[in-house]
Amino acid sequence: MNLERLRQLQPYLWTLPRTPGEERAEVLLYGGAPLLVSMDDKVLEQIANVASLPGLVGAAMTMPDAHWGYGFPIGGVAAFDAEQGGVISAGGVGFDISCGIRCLRSNLDLEDAVEHFPELGNALFRAIPAGVGEEGEIKLNPEQLDQVMHGGAHWAVQQGYGTAADLDYIEEHGRVAGAIPDNVSELAKKRQRGEMGTLGSGNHYLEVQVVDRIFDPAAALAFGLHEGQILVSIHCGSRGLGHQIGTDYLVLLAKAASRLGIHLPDRELACAPVKSPEGQRYIGAMNAAINCALANRQILTHLTRSVFTEIYPQAALETLFDVSHNTCKAETHQIDGESRLLYVHRKGATRAFGPGHPMLPERYRQVGQPVVIGGSMGTGSYILVGASENPAFASSSHGAGRAMSRHQALARWKGRALVDELAQQGILIHTRSMRGVAEEAPGAYKDVDLVAEATEEAGLARRVAFLRPKVCIKG
Amino acid sequence: MEKQRGNFGEAAWVRLSNGSKDNSCVPGQTSSYFEHDADIGIIGRGDTLEQAFETAAQAVFGIVTPLDKVQPQTSVKIEFEESDHELALVTWLNLLLGKARELGMVFSCFHVQRRENLWSTEAFGEKWREDLERGVEVKGATLTMLSVKKTGAMWEARCIVDV
Repeated sequence: MNLERLRQLQPYLWTLPRTPGEERAEVLLYGGAPLLVSMDDKVLEQIANVASLPGLVGAAMTMPDAHWGYGFPIGGVAAFDAEQGGVISAGGVGFDISCGIRCLRSNLDLEDAVEHFPELGNALFRAIPAGVGEEGEIKLNPEQLDQVMHGGAHWAVQQGYGTAADLDYIEEHGRVAGAIPDNVSELAKKRQRGEMGTLGSGNHYLEVQVVDRIFDPAAALAFGLHEGQILVSIHCGSRGLGHQIGTDYLVLLAKAASRLGIHLPDRELACAPVKSPEGQRYIGAMNAAINCALANRQILTHLTRSVFTEIYPQAALETLFDVSHNTCKAETHQIDGESRLLYVHRKGATRAFGPGHPMLPERYRQVGQPVVIGGSMGTGSYILVGASENPAFASSSHGAGRAMSRHQALARWKGRALVDELAQQGILIHTRSMRGVAEEAPGAYKDVDLVAEATEEAGLARRVAFLRPKVCIKG
Repeated sequence: MEKQRGNFGEAAWVRLSNGSKDNSCVPGQTSSYFEHDADIGIIGRGDTLEQAFETAAQAVFGIVTPLDKVQPQTSVKIEFEESDHELALVTWLNLLLGKARELGMVFSCFHVQRRENLWSTEAFGEKWREDLERGVEVKGATLTMLSVKKTGAMWEARCIVDV
């Protein structure tokens, strides 16, 4: 990205000045110069497009891990006011609706666990369906799938997957209101039939990690974290159901926008006013997909626990937090001293409520929401905590962010060699797709340390702990 | 930057124009890819609009598995109506992806016919089996960098797919 096109407002905040005659809202980019320089100029084009959508409140924003996406950039945040003609955009949520991370903290330390990592990796790889073409053992009929779409993680707990204690530490308490399964197509439901309790592919993973460094002892204490502790992070989403809902509504909303006279600089921004019939239909379907994702991660949590107790009989895994990063959520925010209900799109961005937010569980309410920045399989991940005065509608970075295309990564790395190299570093990779490993090579991602640092310096969230990968099940 | 062929480097299959079910696919060379940061750009080309759609589908499924290993032994018919060529490409690719997931299949060979706004298509492939190499799941075809046009004598269909 050419920084000469930007104006720096603060050390970690930039704006894209409007060109003469350009009609759009403000664009704000969070991050330090090294991260922004490494971004493709398409990020600017895409976020400027977002800033031209109707009913946008404040600015269209990018997080420090932003990269070129489709429609919205990945790492894009935009809030719309329905009372001012604000829109809901399928392109602002993405295909993998409610993709997110479930983080589990264990009562194991590295020294207790490391000896059995090879068995643990093999057992997890057997138990967790991962990769393209893999199905889970759970097969749902249409009635059961409707229950999933209404019940989310609550449904999963009712079926015996996990415990009620998990629900306190999942966004929306494990179930978002307003799901309308009737708005979900038959094909979407059929696609999901064999996909409950599956990890998926691409950048999805299940990773066993060790807490390598604590940055904020008070927050770490509240989160129950200490150095040397074993954690598990599960990164996946709403699987075929969400993908098909994204597909179905992309074309529908693109046509609706055209009919309603909404100019779309990129048709992938496909949107309709929140209050329109099309907008309401999408919201009902999207909420159904969110619940499906929450149920999916709950099932995977249960499968993970079963494997851990098989390998380590004394193991206990508690949910630290479950947070999604491809959503649009109706949230109340203070705008110029006024409480307003906004539809906050976060595409590749994580919600990050600060201390005192009423939606946080009691355990975290004083300190703030746990936020996960998932890094690559070779470098590590961060746990952060939502900042008090987050300026981005309580949003934060969600990952390291890609630094090069999948094709470039394929040309540069070989999956088998990477697996061997990481094993030399004490990181065990299990995968059915060597191509996937090459595409997800650690070197294909931005420096996660820079992303986490920029996230903190920009006032979005504070670093609490750094996690190193030890065993990774790649989708 | 465009890459000729090759997510797995092998040739895919295209249907012979005689349309016979047996041995109706031969290796083809007309799909390719273009760069995108997070996802993958796919390109299909052909002498006709329909052939460009067929090779675009090969580009999509070439991300999922090496197509020359897939036996085109089972066919699935898909029909839809769409007047906009670009939306037709995205609609078709997404219907293929949906059907493949619903049926637990992977497709390697495609046939497209169009009569005005009615698209009658057929995909050939097989159920996933253990020895089929796993690539990367394609979640959906997007409207980003979507283009269907005739350049010179060739039709070209392209878009970004989410992986």
